[in-house]
Amino acid sequence: MTANTHPQLLVHDKADNVGVVVVEGLTAGTDMLCVCTEDNSDFRLTAKADIPIGHKVALAALKEGDTVIKYGEDIGKMVGSAEIGGHVHTHNMKTKRW
Amino acid sequence: MAFDFTQETVKAWRRESGRVGVRNHVLILPVDDISNAACEAVANNVKGTMAIPHAYGRLQFGEDLDLHFRTIIGTGANPNVAAVVVIGIEPEWTKIIVDGIAKTGKPVEGFWIEQNGDFETIRRASWKAKEYVHWASELQKEDCPLTDLWVSTKCGESDTTTGLSSCPTVGNMYDKLLPHGLYGVFGETSEITGAEHICVKRAASPEVGEKFMKTWKSYQDDVIEQFKTSDLSDSQPTKGNILGGLSTIEEKALGNLEKIGRTSTYIDVLEPAEAPEKGRGLYFMDTSSAAAECVTLMAAAGYVIHTFPTGQGNVVGNPIVPVIKISGNPRTLRTMSEHIDVDVTGVLRRDMTIDQAGDALIEMIKRTANGRLTAAEALGHREFSMTKLYRSA
Repeated sequence: MTANTHPQLLVHDKADNVGVVVVEGLTAGTDMLCVCTEDNSDFRLTAKADIPIGHKVALAALKEGDTVIKYGEDIGKMVGSAEIGGHVHTHNMKTKRW
Repeated sequence: MAFDFTQETVKAWRRESGRVGVRNHVLILPVDDISNAACEAVANNVKGTMAIPHAYGRLQFGEDLDLHFRTIIGTGANPNVAAVVVIGIEPEWTKIIVDGIAKTGKPVEGFWIEQNGDFETIRRASWKAKEYVHWASELQKEDCPLTDLWVSTKCGESDTTTGLSSCPTVGNMYDKLLPHGLYGVFGETSEITGAEHICVKRAASPEVGEKFMKTWKSYQDDVIEQFKTSDLSDSQPTKGNILGGLSTIEEKALGNLEKIGRTSTYIDVLEPAEAPEKGRGLYFMDTSSAAAECVTLMAAAGYVIHTFPTGQGNVVGNPIVPVIKISGNPRTLRTMSEHIDVDVTGVLRRDMTIDQAGDALIEMIKRTANGRLTAAEALGHREFSMTKLYRSA
């Protein structure tokens, strides 16, 4: 694989509604190559914010109360909203456990 | 690269117990906190020995005292240790430690400070330590099957990259080696929260699954419910986890559980520092998720190499067990590569598969067993942290 085919976003499972930024310095407006690690399928998505490496991006518009899915599993609930391509983290999501 | 794991060997020490050790330490082991100074003096007198100072060992009782003894005895009994000088404040508990370690058949002798003072204790213990160093330094390594190793795992300063790369790397190693007879262990009871429904399904039988759920639930009821002030959101995930992009305990737990791979089931649930007794295979141990505490407990259970995935860059080591750090986070490799033994950043770039990453880790386990110092060893990380269950008397 050459450098320009390295993905900016990885997604664990087809059912997920968030993916993970895997490069440093991602800026708003980047047309991201996104790869689903489950089956190596890919798609493109535009980042709507500067999002740090390791942080999550919404793959669909998410609103308060929605369940966030990663690894094909429930990882918590939205307590705010995120547009598609937007940043999902502790400012707009929370655990359902404690 | 295809390994025939049954044929792979490492050069290591076959101990009196039959177990394989990959380090050859002569330990100067304090029974209690107030014997640390004497132990450190002996280790200073006799080169090639190592003192392991710690914070506890006085006025403990009940289950907490049992755990203390189990941890100290287990540390001395670990196959990475050739011989042990034990020093305590008084003879009775010192004897309990000495007798526990002696069951392995390795050389061990105890000394106590009351009615001797530090000077006389240090003098006598130094002579014994010197005798042990001469003896241990002539022990020869021999070819031992790779799968005779006991390899533990626990991740630290996790982020979203650990669940994508370094944790599944460990899981792939376990998937390849456990079927050939490796002993494995994972733990971190609080950090299974959010993935307990998946973890329970990985038990080898319904009884073992029930034992796991009981252990996990008892942590929720007896520890969190008793001691929480608001919730655990400020501790679990940690601040480092959150900086790395992990938002909730559920997300952290699912990444954590990637360490046990896809195919293996755990055959028993161990108490903290309890040695496995159901034979070869994978175990779950009830541990804290704090790195040094968890690695200390697994070392005390007899594990000789630790595999440690990290995202944001946990730097933990252990005095007697080499801790192999695996990271897939390119920023961590850029900023603190001196701490990382296995670079799996290629997994995030999609130019390294998890299968290749697993092979790279197995190769590093072999090199470590053959004598390569890990980053944590080279940097002097010797964190030895006792788990304390409650206040002393």
